[in-house]
Amino acid sequence: MIPSKFDYERANTIDEAIKYLVEYGDEAKLLAGGHSLLPAMKLRLNNPVKLVDINRIPELKYIKEEDDTICIGAATTHYEIESSELIKGKISMLSQIAGSIGDVQVRNMGTIGGSLAHADPAADWPAGMLATDAVLVLKGPDGLRTINAHDFFLGLYTTSLAENEIITEIRIPIPHGNTGTAYTKCMQPASRFALVGCAAIISKNNGLCDNVKLAFTGVSANAFRDAAVEEALTGHAPDVDNITIAAEKAALDADVLSDHFASEDYRRHLAKVYAKRALMEAADNL
Amino acid sequence: MGSLIHLKVNGQSQSHEVEPRLLLAYYLREVLNLTGTHIGCDTSNCGACVVLVNGKAVKSCTMLAVQADGLEITTIEGLANDNELHPIQEGFKEQHGLQCGFCTPGMIMTAAQLLARNPDPTEDQIREALDGNYCRCTGYHNIVKAIQYASEKVKKEVFHD
Repeated sequence: MIPSKFDYERANTIDEAIKYLVEYGDEAKLLAGGHSLLPAMKLRLNNPVKLVDINRIPELKYIKEEDDTICIGAATTHYEIESSELIKGKISMLSQIAGSIGDVQVRNMGTIGGSLAHADPAADWPAGMLATDAVLVLKGPDGLRTINAHDFFLGLYTTSLAENEIITEIRIPIPHGNTGTAYTKCMQPASRFALVGCAAIISKNNGLCDNVKLAFTGVSANAFRDAAVEEALTGHAPDVDNITIAAEKAALDADVLSDHFASEDYRRHLAKVYAKRALMEAADNL
Repeated sequence: MGSLIHLKVNGQSQSHEVEPRLLLAYYLREVLNLTGTHIGCDTSNCGACVVLVNGKAVKSCTMLAVQADGLEITTIEGLANDNELHPIQEGFKEQHGLQCGFCTPGMIMTAAQLLARNPDPTEDQIREALDGNYCRCTGYHNIVKAIQYASEKVKKEVFHD
């Protein structure tokens, strides 16, 4: 399968990439790892006239800790995140998410920023971004701005990234105190995308959950936080009975997807099952 | 409009003007005549087209040749040392790790990365590493044994990641 014709430019700096975006407008697409964009181009679902390669921009590739925050350059690959000892030690759920994406070859090429910008409804990262209250740093011709992950995902393959902007960094606050995190996923067996993916964070104080965060991907047109589950467990001990009761509330208000892999009813069922598993595992990791 | 690319394939320098939309798998097969890299699904699922790009296993049907500009590629043709099989190739021969052989180049290149990252993998780790490589003949059992054979043979010997 061959994509339609395009011109190719390789940007060496973020500003150079933005210059191309300004110059070519909606005819341009950014190419990072290419593992969402190139398959779409091969199917002619996406036909950019100008491809701007940002995969070699050094200022987009790093993982560091700064002010109680994990900062990840947008062109960092899933494999680099999966194998980062810093991330494993600080927010193990992020290593789990990275390691559950696609297969080893896909993780070698695919990038976190690329996945977020693509906003596939079944992608794994969005759930992790929402559960951790991550902040995205975007740069455009007018400079930098930051946006909460909660305001970034707007719908199916739709984000609030402007057409002349580029994601430069993902900032993930390091959880404080007695906190456990986990990501569980029911994967579509061929594509390994999430039929249902669930990211859970539990903080415990005096034996009770004082902060619960739970986010789903794959369930709806875009990832979402499930406040009903969070509220049901907050103030209670993270034991199997309380977690079971809370997980029963999963995705009750959600507009749930249905396709030939999983009907709406089945996805609702999976949401409860995987919410319970994620919460149990997060409780185990406390 | 063509783009000029310079890269190293199996240790040899190559320079070609290519269309930006030319995929690396097709560049290797049709421009360099390195047809050991197979194209199976052409959708980054099956893994028949896996090559090493700067030591990393990559599905070459999902990478543009222009993205490989300046990089080092190793294909199945670059693995053997003159007439001496690479230990992974030897493992596939000794353990009957193939039947039709279509998936074998991708399996071997993926195994090369695995052993570079983890010279002594468990059976589970081998099976997980092969998640992105499909074989429709063997049921994978002898492929796992072939990689175990190679791991035994080269334990501690360094592959370059």
